[in-house]
Amino acid sequence: MGTWFTSNQKLTHKKLPLKTYLSELHVHTVLSPCAGVEMIPPLIVKKALDIGLNLIAITDHNASENVPAVIKAAEGSDLTVLPGMELQTEEDVHILCLFDTVEQLNKLQELVDKTLPDIKNNVEFFGEQFIVDQTGEFIQRKERLLINSTQLSFDEAFHAVTELGGLFIPAHVNRQAFGLIDHLGFVPPDLDIDALEISRHISLEEAKTKFPQIKSFPLIQSGDVHYIDDFLGVIQFIIEKPTIAELKQAFMAINGRSFKVISHN
Amino acid sequence: MNLDEIIQILNLKILTNSKDFSTIKVKSGYCSDLLSCVMTGAEPEGLWITLMSHSNIVAVAALLDLAAIIITEDAQPDQQTIDKANEKDIIMLSSPDPNYEVIGQLWELGLRATKN
Repeated sequence: MGTWFTSNQKLTHKKLPLKTYLSELHVHTVLSPCAGVEMIPPLIVKKALDIGLNLIAITDHNASENVPAVIKAAEGSDLTVLPGMELQTEEDVHILCLFDTVEQLNKLQELVDKTLPDIKNNVEFFGEQFIVDQTGEFIQRKERLLINSTQLSFDEAFHAVTELGGLFIPAHVNRQAFGLIDHLGFVPPDLDIDALEISRHISLEEAKTKFPQIKSFPLIQSGDVHYIDDFLGVIQFIIEKPTIAELKQAFMAINGRSFKVISHN
Repeated sequence: MNLDEIIQILNLKILTNSKDFSTIKVKSGYCSDLLSCVMTGAEPEGLWITLMSHSNIVAVAALLDLAAIIITEDAQPDQQTIDKANEKDIIMLSSPDPNYEVIGQLWELGLRATKN
């Protein structure tokens, strides 16, 4: 183990220098019924660039159809867009599932489509679910209600995402609604969870004091962006390039990679 | 009231190892599907009725020294969870009925929310 670690560190020195990535890893689009009408690809990309971000993840509720459009909208800019989804497990726990490729995300989507109840969206109650192109132009409505629990258990979701090579980050763990701590009591000890997200409503220090059990996990903070002004962009990664493998190393603080949540209050 | 009577009358399926359930006294009942609530609301030697089947329920039951868990609507804990329950000596029972119906039957049997 010791030798392996040393050789890896030596390797690092020969590689490209590490870069700073300022990121927001929890962004909804107009596909999420609860998101604002302005959450279309060009405006998401513009806002992210305007506030100095170079990494975002698109995470609609149990859906991924707008991910390619946002990736296209960011082409040619300094912004990297990671394909993602905010999955809802059968325990009503929300999870950020992040990937390197749309193909990996599509495999998770297949699993979600099989286990998400086929209930039609009530637009008046929940809001519109729009699939759009890279300019934000309407393509079609998603009929099935996305804000619902899949029949994937927390553990099944963890194994599925991990096997696909993705990052598994329980979202807003401090929140009563759809948060891990309220629903499952504590982080399941036998799963090797990459990181936990806290919501914007609490500081990192407050979260650690209020929930001592999460202190030992890498903690990120996101804006859970439903409206364009929700961007927080407070996670700063020091990595070689914006890939899942690099983010994992940053969470583990190995090979010179690191991350921190910068104060925003 | 003992656990054997409850199992017989409610026709519950036994998910964990069989034992002499008539020696296990049930003092109260509690229902929630939010584990954080259960951790502060359920009482020792009580019966917990829930739709949750995640393995964390075993740790919660062990922490509170509960008499047993009734998992409703035929929700099925995985084998690992059942093994863990057996190892920690936690009794898990199962019913096809929803929480409301199971609780209604227990109430009729005289099981109340707090022990007296």
